[in-house]
Formats: sequence, structure tokens, C-alpha cells
Amino acid sequence: MGAYILRRLLLAIPIMLGVALVCFMLVQIAPGDPLVSVLPPDASQELRAQMITAYGFDQPLPAQFMKWLWHAVQGDLGTSIATSRPVFSEVMTAAINSLRLAFLATLIGFFFGCLFGFVAGYFQDTWLDRLASVFSVFGVSVPHYWLGMLLVIVFSTQLYLLPATGGGPVGASGWAWDWAHVQFMILPAITLSVIPTGIIARTVRALVAETLAQEFIVGLRAKGLGESGIFRHVVKNAAPTALAVMGLQLGYLMGGSILVETVFAWPGTGLLLNSAIFQRDLPLLQGTIWVLALFFVVLNLLVDILQTLLDPRIKRA
Amino acid sequence: MNLHVPQPIVSVRDLSVHFHSASKIISAVNGVSLTVARGESVALIGESGSGKSVTLRSLMRLHPEKTTAIKGRIEIDGADVMTMSSSTLSAFRGSVTSMIFQEPLLAFDPVYTVGEQIIESVRRHCRLSRKDARAVALEALRSVRIPSPEQRLEAYPHEMSGGMRQRAMIALALACKPRLLLADEPTTALDATVQIQILLLLRELQREMGLSIIFVTHDIGAAVEIADRVAVMYGGRIVEEAPLATLLANPCHPYTVALLSSRPEGGLSKGSRLETIPGSPPDLSRLPEGCAFAARCKYASEACKKSFPGRVAVSPEHYVSCHRFPESA
Repeated sequence: MGAYILRRLLLAIPIMLGVALVCFMLVQIAPGDPLVSVLPPDASQELRAQMITAYGFDQPLPAQFMKWLWHAVQGDLGTSIATSRPVFSEVMTAAINSLRLAFLATLIGFFFGCLFGFVAGYFQDTWLDRLASVFSVFGVSVPHYWLGMLLVIVFSTQLYLLPATGGGPVGASGWAWDWAHVQFMILPAITLSVIPTGIIARTVRALVAETLAQEFIVGLRAKGLGESGIFRHVVKNAAPTALAVMGLQLGYLMGGSILVETVFAWPGTGLLLNSAIFQRDLPLLQGTIWVLALFFVVLNLLVDILQTLLDPRIKRA
Repeated sequence: MNLHVPQPIVSVRDLSVHFHSASKIISAVNGVSLTVARGESVALIGESGSGKSVTLRSLMRLHPEKTTAIKGRIEIDGADVMTMSSSTLSAFRGSVTSMIFQEPLLAFDPVYTVGEQIIESVRRHCRLSRKDARAVALEALRSVRIPSPEQRLEAYPHEMSGGMRQRAMIALALACKPRLLLADEPTTALDATVQIQILLLLRELQREMGLSIIFVTHDIGAAVEIADRVAVMYGGRIVEEAPLATLLANPCHPYTVALLSSRPEGGLSKGSRLETIPGSPPDLSRLPEGCAFAARCKYASEACKKSFPGRVAVSPEHYVSCHRFPESA
């Protein structure tokens, strides 16, 4: 097992390098001059040239990339053009906020996804199955920023139950697990959980249906197991795939919640990406994308390891 | 009442099994009656779709209840299987009657070790501690002559060879000392050399444990190794039933005759062709009124198409259902 993990870690290195190259190039290809946002429109040519040298934009691309990578692996992702703060600390603060939200949303999604999935799989082609299917199709197809706005309208502006936007009480710095802070998470987490709920529900339904159709289920009945005993076997058979899907959903939520974080002004990576894009803040954009991509790679690694632990048929060699 | 005649282990009367699908009704079994004595081994022989496996699985009511209509009487070890509650039924499965399957790789749960699955079955029926149940499982693996049984307990099904898996399946089935073993084509998926080992093992275990076996197969060669008595099925009915030697020496039903002649006798010589039965098995959703084999039978007459022939004893213990053997004779 140790050798397997080590091999997977080594395999992750070229992937991370590739990811670094892609995010570096993506930003280079994107149209727009990054200096537009820092320089006044009437800046002199000398000032422009000075700034270009200061940010290193005059060097050839491979040199810029090597320099960026060299600093990146040491945790130095440069300085944000817009805020002049180190990109690394900006991204990490945002990533932790996003992770907290994504984690809660995935948990909600996993719980309801499994619930709907198991019910639908066990009661195939009954009204329960159809009801669960309607929920999951709704989950994956409703635009979640729209759902977010709807929730804000109902729970914040009509019922005054929960705050509409923000990442914590006004004036508070940092995070605490108390109601004053947690209430800010509830609406965005519910909004974000809708897609994973739908996807996990559909996956689990298919897994349960597939497992129940297998010959060994007859074998289990033939040796005298009741429905609860069989359920245990179904769960263990469905678990590796369900966990993999859940892990990937967590990854998507980490980076894919730009719209929802913007709707709720949640200070996470999504909001950060949004402002980096609109302010043409190249270092911030690169850094955020890279950290998110790394997060995805690590998450995949964890899911793979977890799967090999759960399913003996996945070879550890 | 009749104490000196031992009660049979299995007594099936007029069993019929119909599957309801969205568009049609499949009549898989149409009036099967079968008796198996204690310690006896009976082979059900027939082609795919003859209803042999369906009959076998009905004995434990393993078909999904929503889509299956079972009629008739099934008595196993004196208990009426048809009227059992679901808890009685699951206590009965695996303890009184157990089953082995055609493809042991599919019949084991892939994510549990073989040991865990045997232990699960033992603990389901015998209220033992984990440790004692493990000892029983180990003993079961030993009794099916699995080499290094301690290690096999920890192995996953996919880590074993086909023959080894079938041995493990037999160990699982026999771990709780059932009185009746239902074998659903247990050698079909195995190599020829492994087949014979499994058949010999089953016969040995049968003698040791006083087990009754119902053995479903399409392979007469396998039946010869294990069966005391053979029932030939066609179109969901038993068309001929006799002790093994009688059936081989004097097959009466045209289908049995055709089945016996469509196997290589002493190896086929080069250039000669294996005899086959012309035509194809009947469509179970549209069975004819009369004999289901009539369409493929060279002796078929008008009577065969009109009514199903009754069961006739051609000699003691040898029964056949064919219009060539009229009931009056």
C-alpha cells in the first residue's frame, strides 16, 4: 500500500507540471493588457516600460514560465496587481473559505444524493423512483445562481431568516463555528449542494440497480440473508464509485462556484477568480487557477487511494 | 400414519411458474411434479429454456415475487415452502436447503472475502461467535479439499481459480449442514478436468452427509456421474423420468432419444458430424396446446398437436409423457 501511494504521488508530479503550463499559457493567450488596470489611462511610455520590466512581461515566455514556476513551487505566486498583496495568501484565505463551503455542500449533497439514489434504486419504476428522478434532474438542470437568488428572495428579503450575502458578520475577521458565522453558509451551501445531490443520486440509483440485478444477490438470498443483510452488501458494492463521484464533486465545487459565490458575495476562490478576471489581475488569476488545479489533483489522489482500500478488485500493483 | 415409508425430502406437485413482463406472460414451468427421496440425487436435464433452473429456484422461492406467479405445492423436509412467511423462508434458505450456482465468480459478492461470506452464512443460521464461526468456515473449506484453507479464508473471489471458487461455493452451501443441495449447472462454467473433480467431490460429500441433491444440467455426461435418477424437461414439463441406467438403456420419449444421440459417443471420428435436434426450443410466451416437442418430433401426429400426453409408467419407476405410449396401454 505504501509503495502504491508513493507511485501515485510520483505520477502526480508531471500532472502538476502540465497543469502549471496550461494555466500559465491560458492567461497569456487571454486578450487584454494586464497593466491597464494598474496604470492611469494617460500614463507615460516610460512609466509603462518601467512597469513591464518590474512585472517581467518583457522577457520571453519560457523564461517567464520558468521564473513563475520556480517561485510557485516555493509558495510565492507573485503579487496581486490590484491589491498589491501576495497572491499566495489571498488564494489560501479564499481557498479555505471555499473549501469550508464546498465541504458542507458536498456533505448535504452526499446525504440527500444517497438517500434519493437508494430509494430510487430499491423501488425502481415506482412513483418513489420517479419522484427521486424528478428531484435529481431538477438538481442538475436548474441554474444554481438563479436558485441562489430565489433562496435569497425567500429566506432573506421576505422571511428575514438568514443573511443574504457575505462570509461572516460585519467587522468580524476570521471564522468561527458559531451561529453568527454559520448562518452565512446555509443558503450558499444549499444552493451549491443541488448539483452534487442530483449527480450522486443518479449515480447511486444506477449502482444500486446494477448491484441488485447481479447473480450474487440471489446467492445472498439463497443463503438466508434478509433485506437488511443484503442492503449491507449493496452499500459496500456501491461505496467506491459513490465516494469517487463525491470526491470529484468536492473538487468541482472548489473551483466551479464562481457564480454562486458571486451571488452570495462569499469570499472564496470563485469570487476571487471573478474579480481577478474583471480586473485583469494576471498573477492572481494564474495563482488561483493553479491552486485549484492542484487541489483537484490531490483530491483525485485521495479518492483513488480510498477506492483501492474499499474495492479489492482494483489492483494495488 | 405410515411410519415405515420414509417421508421424501422434496415433494413438488403441479408446480407452474409464470413470469409477467410488460408485454407478455412467459410460461417457464407448466405443471411439474417431482419427488426426491432422502439421500437421493436427481438430475434435471434439458436445453436452455426448458424450465429446469426455474424449477430449481422455485424450490427456494428465489424468483422476484412481484413479477412471478408460482402455483402448486412444494414441500421440503416436511415444510410447506409456498406458505412460509418471509422470515421463516429466509431461516429455511441456507440451513435446510442451499444452492450452488453455475458461475461462482458471479455468485460471490466481489467486495467481501470468501471467508467473510461463509462466516456470514454460518452466523446467520447458527448463532456463533465470530471466532467459532470462523472455525466452522475453515472446517467447511477443509471438507471440500481446498488446499491451504487458512489463506483461502482471506482471499477474495477474484483471487481464486474457477474450480477453487466452485469448491468454496460448495463449502459455503454446506457449512450449515443442509439436508438438500440445489445445484444449478455447477460444472457448466468449468474446464472438463475440473468438472469431473467437482462432480466426484459432490458425490463424496453427498454420501458423507446423507445429502439429497437436485442437479440441473444440460450435460448428460455430468448427470451420469452424479444422478441416481434423471428427469428430462422440455417446454417447462417433465417429459420422461427414470433411474439413470434405465433411461440410458431404454429412452422412450423422442426428445430423450434425440438428446442422447446428440452427443459424441466414444469421440467423433474425423469428418463425421454430431447429430443435432432440428428446429429450436419453443417460445415460452406462446406454448402450443399439445406437446411442446411436436414441432420438432419426427413421430408427431395430429393427437400430439391437440393435447398434452398424460404421464405413463412404461416400467416401474420409469415414466414418460408421449402419445406414442398411450395411457391405456
